[in-house]
Amino acid sequence: MKILLPALSPTMETGNLVKWLVEEGQKVNSGDIIAEIETDKATMELEAPDDGVLKQFIISEGTENIKVNSPIAILDVEGEDEENESESLNENTPKEQAKEDINQSISMNSIMNDFDESNSKWTEVEITMREALNQAIEEEMTLDKDVFLLGEEVAEYNGAYKVTQGLLDKFGNKRVLDTPISEHGFTGLAIGAAMAGLKPICEFMTFNFSMQAIDQIINSAAKSLYMSGGEINVPIVFRGPNGAAARVAAQHSQCFISWFSHIPGLLVVAPSNARDAKGLLKSSIRNPNPVIFLEHELLYKEKMKVPEEDDFIVPIGKGKMIAEGDDVTIIGFSMSVHRILNALPEIKNLNIKADIIDLRSIKPLDEELIYKSVKKTNRVVIVEDGWGNTSFGSHLSYLIQSNCFDYLDSEIIKVSGKDVPMPYAENLEALALPTKDEIISAVKKVTYKN
Amino acid sequence: MAKKINNTFSNDELIKFYEKMFLIRKFEEKAGQLYGSGKIGGFCHLYIGQEAVVIGILSSIKSEDTVVTSYRDHGHILARGVDPKLVMAELTGRKDGISKGKGGSMHMFSKKNRFYGGHGIVGAQVPIGVGLGFAHKYRNEKKISRVYVGDGAMSNGQVFEAFNLAALWELPVLFIIENNKYGMGTAVNRSAAGNELFERATVFGIKGEKINGMNFFDVSQAAIRAREHIYETSKPYVIEMDTYRYRGHSMSDPATYRSKEEVSDMKSNDPLINMKKALIDDFKIDEESLSKIETDIKKQIKEVEKFSLESPLPELKELFTEVYL
Repeated sequence: MKILLPALSPTMETGNLVKWLVEEGQKVNSGDIIAEIETDKATMELEAPDDGVLKQFIISEGTENIKVNSPIAILDVEGEDEENESESLNENTPKEQAKEDINQSISMNSIMNDFDESNSKWTEVEITMREALNQAIEEEMTLDKDVFLLGEEVAEYNGAYKVTQGLLDKFGNKRVLDTPISEHGFTGLAIGAAMAGLKPICEFMTFNFSMQAIDQIINSAAKSLYMSGGEINVPIVFRGPNGAAARVAAQHSQCFISWFSHIPGLLVVAPSNARDAKGLLKSSIRNPNPVIFLEHELLYKEKMKVPEEDDFIVPIGKGKMIAEGDDVTIIGFSMSVHRILNALPEIKNLNIKADIIDLRSIKPLDEELIYKSVKKTNRVVIVEDGWGNTSFGSHLSYLIQSNCFDYLDSEIIKVSGKDVPMPYAENLEALALPTKDEIISAVKKVTYKN
Repeated sequence: MAKKINNTFSNDELIKFYEKMFLIRKFEEKAGQLYGSGKIGGFCHLYIGQEAVVIGILSSIKSEDTVVTSYRDHGHILARGVDPKLVMAELTGRKDGISKGKGGSMHMFSKKNRFYGGHGIVGAQVPIGVGLGFAHKYRNEKKISRVYVGDGAMSNGQVFEAFNLAALWELPVLFIIENNKYGMGTAVNRSAAGNELFERATVFGIKGEKINGMNFFDVSQAAIRAREHIYETSKPYVIEMDTYRYRGHSMSDPATYRSKEEVSDMKSNDPLINMKKALIDDFKIDEESLSKIETDIKKQIKEVEKFSLESPLPELKELFTEVYL
């Protein structure tokens, strides 16, 4: 039988074969550890799937970016039927197809780079969003000793998503703290520390778990400045992955942008790429208010050129025009920007030229940028991953109609996540989120092309 | 009991503590009146009956230490030395209130006086107080965070999470459980399983004790013991105060859940009477000088009332300020 590279996390698409722990010709039993595999999240051990003799390595150790489900070795198993194996391989084919679609939707960085601001000033290196976030934290912790990091698995485990890798080694356990699984408690603790003047970065392993601490975030962090007549501010960043990752179902896949942007006293940012992620996280750490910093797990591995300098920041409250055209304004943030970019080639084929706005900050909102574009194009499509009912997108369309009423030539269309708990099945999950077809047909409708 | 701490405080210091207790009592009585006449709105939780707790603890506090409490906070912010005028003007919702009239009875803060609220959500102040202790340790300061929590909050999940974190990370925190017997209208024995409330902290390895919270000297001694324990071990400590509130939970509480006999029985053990008696009998402080202090405070409270009613309402533009810094 062929030993295939298994998916060792819900979002793993490729892995690195760090080391073979057996030799060719060696007899192995089912469950024996035969190799070390490095994934996007951690270094994992690979077990032998059956009893047999490891006949041959197909992939040598040290190989990187091996696709999930590629054969990496051949295991001779007594009495094995070769034909059955090929049948089971065929079953995987539709799955592979679906994965490719996801890939396309999030790797359109070249377009974004074309519209990047002030490239000349900085020394830029291409890194992942994960590395960019790590740099932002490291730089700010180096610049300001009041900044510290706490959360589940942020220290010794190096971060559930490796965002905080290496920070414990650099800053020690006084400034990088593993917490118990105790969101309500450690969020309140972080807020108390912020009231005393420290600047905590409070990581939620995912924002789904922030619901355990929602009272502290809203009632303590967001309202204290106002309730105290300006006496007590809470300089804190709540950060972590938000939205739907891949196949983790209802309780671990939801977008909280509408929830948090509802609350006076909170700032809300949601970058779509590594460069903005670094610049915005640095701004957030320096900001004297509580900031909700929403990342996206599927974007952690996406690369972009990012300035190395520690004085590079992206200001909170500034959106970015990432494509320009006169026919329609398409607005997105975080993951939905990539859904828009994924639909862009087909939109272009329809001879429709679009302004595409990456909001980057949800609160405060770059209203000036939005209205200027809408007054030029007269047509608007909003794309958001979150549920459409009483959503941020609903509010945004209200703002646009009240500020640009005389300029609109069409209804505003909002392409939102469907109002259902996130299903587990791959096809249903894809349908629950804004699809490419929905974006294209919304664009066609507002431009009267259908 | 009182004699044992003869050496801890001078007579002048003891008189100051009595004066503070008397101030809180009279302030709260006035607040109750102003509520009755419609000058104070919303919720208003009076501290009458519990004064020995906050002043007993005060006797152990260094000025740089931090304090945080729940919504029954008037006595606590006064104990920390904030001008009663500013506190009363907050209760009347005026421009000169300590929170500029935007916080009200439950939300008052003073960084200068190291008072971090004033929190309206039951239990929320406990992890926040542990966070203040975290900041003290982070900065290598010899400070203690004092965290008050009521019996009602002792079944709230975040309180247990906070105990765990304080013990796990060895933070300089003194938890003070003000067990006044009722969480709103529910008696402790109808809300909390198990034996003593402070044992909910000791299971995390936090040392603690339960004491009589109606006597200044008992509270003071326990508070000093706790402080020294925290200094020596760099670990948290818990004191449960057996105390009582004479008034209802808030102003609209008819207090039908307890008998008149129970209330009058508790009043016979009044912390102010207890202390005054000890000052006269044990410390030979003459009654006249104490009476003079009482008269002066009554006069002061009249001025406080006047100030709180003469201060203008906040300007309308204040509605939109201080949402963000």
